[in-house]
Amino acid sequence: MMIFITTGTQEPFDRLLDAMDICAAKFPEVEFVAQVINTDVEAKNLKVEGFLSPITFNDYFERADLIVGHAGMGTIITALVKEKALIVIPRDASLGEHRNDHQLATAKKMSALNYVKVAYTSDELINTIDLFLRNEISLTSVKLTPYASDSLITELKTLFGNS
Amino acid sequence: MKILAVASAGGHWIQLLRLKPAFTDHQLVYMSTKEEFRMMVPDSQYFVIPDFNRKKKILIFKSLLEIWRSLKSIKPDLVITTGAAPGLACILVGRILGFKTVWLDSIANVEQLSMSGKIATYLSNHVYTQWPELESDKVKYSGKVL
Repeated sequence: MMIFITTGTQEPFDRLLDAMDICAAKFPEVEFVAQVINTDVEAKNLKVEGFLSPITFNDYFERADLIVGHAGMGTIITALVKEKALIVIPRDASLGEHRNDHQLATAKKMSALNYVKVAYTSDELINTIDLFLRNEISLTSVKLTPYASDSLITELKTLFGNS
Repeated sequence: MKILAVASAGGHWIQLLRLKPAFTDHQLVYMSTKEEFRMMVPDSQYFVIPDFNRKKKILIFKSLLEIWRSLKSIKPDLVITTGAAPGLACILVGRILGFKTVWLDSIANVEQLSMSGKIATYLSNHVYTQWPELESDKVKYSGKVL
């Protein structure tokens, strides 16, 4: 069993890393790997990686039984395409985790459309992972096709054809 | 037609790659902010530009200069970007150099257009949102990257 934590390429997300370090201590038989940028957290119970090449990132992603991420669309889309169990926690601008709270709005919208399970606090995140690891809930959503909606592709093709 | 498709690393880049079927009849050149992404687009020419955002303002001028040089050498007919700030810089430089431009605002912006997207409504020939609620006279909705 392996859990891959991904926090994007832009900024650290220490609250998530702290929560996952606590979670990893509770489940020593589970492998936890985190991809984070510029973190100050000294995680004791999980492996921490910086920016990963697409190949290494993909290897971790494929091997993972669960993806835990910030509410970035890169993380969400990649997990949906690969049909991975996923839980996200939005960055909170008031805690200095992002420039604004668009991740909160994204998370709410994607959750309302049943694309993704969202945890809004560290406690909720740890509890949900606990339930997942004890096989009490499923965190797998719909499978996405590799490309954008037909309507968007058609629109752009027409636009390019007329330009 | 020669199309330059630009996005910063992360979700913007993932969204850009999902537009690929729209480019089939055209010569496609990609541009992003990580050298490591070259391997993700093996069938296309690939250019790297420096990343910057509002926190890293000092890099804006360096970045604009490199974008200017790259766009002059690529000479695309059209520039399309899914953001973020470096994509907006390509729209600006692209318009100055006389290329057509398309801004597709990230699907992450569900309540309002991104700051860059709002600026793009003044600069870009075409601006798209991925949420019907955000459509306006300057901003079109035609579907999502999902």
